[in-house]
Amino acid sequence: MSSRDTILQRLRNRSGGDLNVPDCDFAVLQRPPSSVAERVDQFQKTIESVHGEVHRCTSESWVTQLAGILSDRGARNLLIPAAHTIGHTLRDSGRDDLPELLIYDEPIESWQPHLFNEVDASITSTRGGIAETGTLILWPTPDEPRLMSLVPPIHIAVLEASELYSTFHEAMLEQNWASGMPTNALLVSGPSKTADIEQTLAYGVHGPKELIVLVIE
Amino acid sequence: MSQSTTEDPHHIDVKEFHPRARAAIADPKIRQNFRKAMDGLISKRKDAFEGWDLEALRDLGANVRLRALANLPDLLEQLEKKLTANGIYVHWAIDGDEACKIVRNICVARNAKTVIKGKSMVSEEMELNHYLEERGIEALESDLGEYIVQLAGETPSHIIMPAIHKNTGEISELMHEKTGTDLSNDVEYLTASARQQLREKFMNADVGVSGVNFAVAETGTLCLVENEGNGRMTTTVPPCHIAITGIEKVVGTLEDVAPLLALLTRSATGQHITTYFNMISSARKPGELDGPEEVHLVLIDNGRSSIYQDDELLDTLRCIRCGACMNHCPVYTRVGGHTYGTTYPGPIGKILMPHLIGLDEGRHLPTASSLCGACGEVCPVKIPIPDLLVRLRQESVDGDKLNPAKIRGHGAKRGSVEAMIWKGWSWMHARPGVYRFGTAVAARLRKLQPGKLGGWTKYRTAPKLAAKTLHERMKERGQ
Repeated sequence: MSSRDTILQRLRNRSGGDLNVPDCDFAVLQRPPSSVAERVDQFQKTIESVHGEVHRCTSESWVTQLAGILSDRGARNLLIPAAHTIGHTLRDSGRDDLPELLIYDEPIESWQPHLFNEVDASITSTRGGIAETGTLILWPTPDEPRLMSLVPPIHIAVLEASELYSTFHEAMLEQNWASGMPTNALLVSGPSKTADIEQTLAYGVHGPKELIVLVIE
Repeated sequence: MSQSTTEDPHHIDVKEFHPRARAAIADPKIRQNFRKAMDGLISKRKDAFEGWDLEALRDLGANVRLRALANLPDLLEQLEKKLTANGIYVHWAIDGDEACKIVRNICVARNAKTVIKGKSMVSEEMELNHYLEERGIEALESDLGEYIVQLAGETPSHIIMPAIHKNTGEISELMHEKTGTDLSNDVEYLTASARQQLREKFMNADVGVSGVNFAVAETGTLCLVENEGNGRMTTTVPPCHIAITGIEKVVGTLEDVAPLLALLTRSATGQHITTYFNMISSARKPGELDGPEEVHLVLIDNGRSSIYQDDELLDTLRCIRCGACMNHCPVYTRVGGHTYGTTYPGPIGKILMPHLIGLDEGRHLPTASSLCGACGEVCPVKIPIPDLLVRLRQESVDGDKLNPAKIRGHGAKRGSVEAMIWKGWSWMHARPGVYRFGTAVAARLRKLQPGKLGGWTKYRTAPKLAAKTLHERMKERGQ
């Protein structure tokens, strides 16, 4: 008999009594209704408490604010999505105060050392956020691959204020995640960090040192 | 220095708990490192649940886990079906050795020479690194704490913070000696050095191995909780990803994950959520530009299906590996993780390890507790750890041969003299006349009572018998 069948048979023929299936009351996860402004405030407060940076923008102002953020940090380049409006807007802006714009349009195998060693910053869209935990929801796509939000030392994410949910529970139900999950779904709540050396916080241990959120209100 | 540096971590004798505990208690550095860390974690956890109806949340967490366990075989089959449909290969292993072989065979088939690892306690349980390295495959830990512990040739001393037994100075010296970094007490410098060293390794690794925090049957999703990003690197950069998990980690629905995640990170480190919650449901699909082309899941039993047989012991399998029980344990805080000599230390280790290694080998584990109850009170899924400790104590001295032993090593601590004393005790207590006579004689002979009662009086004064028995005094009062 295969190990699979042995294990399943042991579980099915368990010697104890019938296991009762308890009711699960998820009400404890529910939050009272809140306004968009309240959710933005809570999101900002929470993500800032874990070293994330929030810039409140409008759909007109964000490119200018982004240019300032990048030049403050001396970023030489910015990895952008090819097809998403964010990418279009940046390429069509015709500004000379933005760094070199890069596009992730080839399989990682063909440019891995370049991505790991030469790219200073990336910008991605989000699928919304979570106010309670200061979280960004990312579903990487061929246009914004998985490593885009992980490898460059600065990750900038664009979040529509109207897409902020109160809790993870609410977000997954509203967006009906159970009907089908992508290859990779991510909750990102701050820059990469560790406290493995004597509980002292240090940022950017493997992923980005900085997480900057542009909230479009 | 940590006591473990003098021992090969793969040959620690679990039975040597007491000598190790004495050495650890005598070592101010160990006590200081653990005390400081655990105090911090206790207060962070408390703050993180501020404003929550914690009891209701723990009830939900417990019920979600119980529901999953009640449907365990069905959920495992559903998970396998979903994952397979998503292009993820599913393997089953009876024990650690079989799981190691599965991982190695995948490596061999891909001609893989280097494996980079995300944090996985199950891989510690099966001693995967040791197994692979003996067979010429490099296995490198990438979680900073695990990396440090691996550089030192040790094992983790805490399931969430593997290197908690070391302070910055010790880590600096270790990294200087093993990797050539400068001596420094600057944690940021040490962290940045490790980042550089490990980035090279990620780019060149042939296989990434990770654990799993929750496996969702409904969608075929593997969930990983982490802060560093090494888990994402491990599961995204190498061309092949192998996830390893115990069979008990499956839950029915994505919704089930919400309360468990809320409980896990707050209980573990007092975080509202970790930096990354990574949900993987498929290998790289056509048109996608990164991610592994091949993803495997190894489901490992290793004693879990035996625990599953018993209605009471089954609760052990609810565990979501947060470590809150050890953070709050007065014994763990004083003796540290290595003293236990087991993969999982602290209270959860005391109720889990006897099933994995047998009650004979793990004879000291259920008694390495004052039964203060702190572990049960903080457990996010309400595992009655103190009750299970008592049950395991009974199992380890039980002599009932008619009751088929569910736990390996059942009755291992049973001694004929002790058993006889208790038999006599129970015989006497069932006979009022004998009891009255016996206690009256004992009261008269109380001057003969020895002052030293072995281990009991080593740190305590022996209790003195009263001059008169309770029955005698009650009789006097009644006259």
